[in-house]
Amino acid sequence: MKVSYFPGCTLKTKAKDLDVYARKCAEFLGVTLEEIENWQCCGGVFTTSRDEIATKLSSVRALKEAKSKNQPLVSVCSACHNVIKQTNAAIKDDAEFASRVNNYNAPEDAYNGETQVLHYLELLRDVIGFDKIKEKVVNPLTGRKIAAYYGCLLLRPGKVMAMDDVENPTIMEDFIRALGAEPVIYSYRNECCGGYITLESKELAKAKSEKVTSNAKDKGAEAIVTACPLCKYNLQKNGGDMPIVYITELLAEALGIKE
Amino acid sequence: MQRIGVFVCWCGSNIAGTVDVQAVSDALGKEPGVVFSTNYQYMCSQAGQDMIKQAIKEHNLTGIVICSCSPRMHEATFRKTAAAAGINPYMVEIANIREQCSWIHKDMKEGTEKAIVLGRTAIAKVHLNTPLVPGESPVTKRALVIGGGIAGIQTALDIADAGFYVDIVEKKPTIGGKMAQLDKTFPTLDCAACILTPKMVDVAQHERIRIFSYSEVEHVSGFVGNFDVTIKKKARYVKEDVCTGCGLCTEKCPQKKVPNEFNLGMDNRRAIYIPFAQAVPKVATIDADYCTMLKTGKCGVCSKVCTAKAIDYTQKDEFIEEKYGAIVAATGFNPISMDKFDEFAYSQSKDVITSLEFERLMNAAGPTAGKLVRPSDGVHPHKIVFVQCVGSRCAACAEKGKEYCSKICCMYTAKHAMLTRDKYPDTDVTVFYIDVRTPGKQFDEFYRRAVEEYGVHYIKGMVGKVSPEGNKLIVQGSDLIANKQLKIEADLVVLAAAIEPDKSARPLATMLTASMDTNDFFTEAHPKLRPVESPTAGIFLSGACQGPKDIPETVSQAGAAAAKVIGLLSKDKLTGNPCVAHSDEMMCNGCSTCEKVCPYGAITYQDKEFRGPNRTTLIRRVAQVNEAVCQGCGCCTVACPSGAMDLKGFASKQIMAEVDAICK
Repeated sequence: MKVSYFPGCTLKTKAKDLDVYARKCAEFLGVTLEEIENWQCCGGVFTTSRDEIATKLSSVRALKEAKSKNQPLVSVCSACHNVIKQTNAAIKDDAEFASRVNNYNAPEDAYNGETQVLHYLELLRDVIGFDKIKEKVVNPLTGRKIAAYYGCLLLRPGKVMAMDDVENPTIMEDFIRALGAEPVIYSYRNECCGGYITLESKELAKAKSEKVTSNAKDKGAEAIVTACPLCKYNLQKNGGDMPIVYITELLAEALGIKE
Repeated sequence: MQRIGVFVCWCGSNIAGTVDVQAVSDALGKEPGVVFSTNYQYMCSQAGQDMIKQAIKEHNLTGIVICSCSPRMHEATFRKTAAAAGINPYMVEIANIREQCSWIHKDMKEGTEKAIVLGRTAIAKVHLNTPLVPGESPVTKRALVIGGGIAGIQTALDIADAGFYVDIVEKKPTIGGKMAQLDKTFPTLDCAACILTPKMVDVAQHERIRIFSYSEVEHVSGFVGNFDVTIKKKARYVKEDVCTGCGLCTEKCPQKKVPNEFNLGMDNRRAIYIPFAQAVPKVATIDADYCTMLKTGKCGVCSKVCTAKAIDYTQKDEFIEEKYGAIVAATGFNPISMDKFDEFAYSQSKDVITSLEFERLMNAAGPTAGKLVRPSDGVHPHKIVFVQCVGSRCAACAEKGKEYCSKICCMYTAKHAMLTRDKYPDTDVTVFYIDVRTPGKQFDEFYRRAVEEYGVHYIKGMVGKVSPEGNKLIVQGSDLIANKQLKIEADLVVLAAAIEPDKSARPLATMLTASMDTNDFFTEAHPKLRPVESPTAGIFLSGACQGPKDIPETVSQAGAAAAKVIGLLSKDKLTGNPCVAHSDEMMCNGCSTCEKVCPYGAITYQDKEFRGPNRTTLIRRVAQVNEAVCQGCGCCTVACPSGAMDLKGFASKQIMAEVDAICK
């Protein structure tokens, strides 16, 4: 099976592990991630401001290319996924927005939100299936207590992202279980890591990140797993000595394909 | 040709202020068939009605057109007037020139023109009206109350005291409902059990009340005065008439690990159980999901210890068929699940509880014998935070909460806070609220007492997060008045969960063809004037199944529902509405379309003999309308592809004549 893939800028620079292992693991599990040609930066979360058109065009072009191949569009980075999925929903539900975008882009070849947008975790859960992954695990992470960190972008807004319950999610915990490890539930798993505030106030960013890592530690976690490069950056820089790994790294390790 | 009289009402200045009533009566007087036309200040008054009666006699009228307010207001009044003067009441038509004309227009000229058109329309219809005679049906003098909480209990007692037979169907092994789980009741703080259990006993001992406990309504057919109901009596594996309720079996049963639903799972019960000490009927029930004997065939301890020989492992579900004249829905409410509100960490900590769980913790018959301790470690909490509106008034989060106000939470939270402070003065209590709503007799005084006498801290604002850290719960909330973010280290957090109708209400409403709103509360026939009746005739509403209610309100509504039932059952015969559907058998092609669209199940099909050409006989399948069940909604007349279905009093021909009159 082949799906369209939008890696995003950070995955080509700081978060290479997220990208490399996403492809490898998917390939191993029978899904080829076909990188969108000439993709552009999703614009980060700033593009979700409602009245802006130009910054959303990157998402729309990627969605359109996936549509032309009749494939779902998969991304791993929480921020990219959030922008693409929100843009897709806006195009689907808001006719005026759709016509403005299409007039700007290519009116003769209108895009109206037809592409299915999947996060990598949804690909694992809904397309491949956690059961199937469990069967393919060669290095079960038995005995390891791992805390899932959702952050704010992966699940919210709940109605649009429609991935899991916003306040009581299970997708990452089920993922961790499929790899043989024990998920740690802690109350800060869906709180903000501080995001871009680190540019303005190191102190505030530190307070936010420390809260997350200390809460996870308090509940017995030995590592935190995340899908978001910015979360990883913040938690690692400000959150003390708690190891922070990407979902794809953990998956590769369990599947025995990590280098 | 009809001889029609037109009567234009001024309604004081309500109509005459925007409509030139004289011009209307003059114009309509010239319409074909109109032999008399007049106007008067208040047509519905005694003088106005006398004027109509006199005109009927003097001018030998056969049809009447009243240009006045909405037919909802006075159609019945004017029909009676006509009947008193000796003409068929269904020869009266109302032209609504108030709500649909004078009230919504400002310009006298336009208003007058429209009033004339509306009057002309009614005249066109009356030309085609025919006298209609309503049918009659008998009334079964027995009522069914579905749900045995305080609402159902009160309704049943009131109906039975008036001399009619009542059956209560309760799905749980005992009646009592939510009120039996409560500790004290606001605003007087009398104990719920002390005022409820005597009523439960009254029900059990009443010669005209039967209780079907551990039973559910399986099927309902029929119509007002004549409902046929099948009740499923679930197998409880204990002979109800033999069991003495001694409780020995519930002490000896070796299966001890069954979550006790009466205490909301905070402790365990046995597989054979009596829900609580004052249960009615006080008989044991075996929980088939947990009983070792029923699951594996090995055990039988309860049967061995039972001196009354009441245990019967072979018992089967039993189906009882009974006829009823009226049905009361009293299915009650439940707190919503806290699954989707994990920002309050309900699933993460045992010390985050709902208010109903708090009731059980405070209750002397509860899992802690009334001692307020933390469920996690049994330690007395010194700092309690109450969060109101968890899932209520939640317009922004409608996918997980409710948009409406649950109405009872402000008062029970004030009660919980006050009782805590009264019993444990060393415990600090904080309540987070969006608004404190206390409209009710002695309610605001009660809340003020909690604040002023008992020193409960009320903070306007919402809690954003509860985080279990160590053995504390860190409560993060905003104080909107001080404009501050608060962090409180609490020992116990109590969530005032929104309430929603019981899950059994939706399938029941389908069986009863009773309408519901989007929240699954039963809809009343009129929100102000008919609050205890469903729009479906013969179905009545009692308690929280119609909307969130506290006990005083539930009891008053239960009594009101009983009064309506008594009014119905005291009649020997019911007069139906003659404006019902009927099928022209010669045109009916037996396609079943009407049967499928009928929301009341009033249409059935029959094979009937017809005379064919050349003295042959044909058997044809044709539609039959049960006139007592039909509500005259007209769905079938629109759906019928062959034009066989028509509505008496609203025939397609009449409607088309009206349209023609408007378009003329």
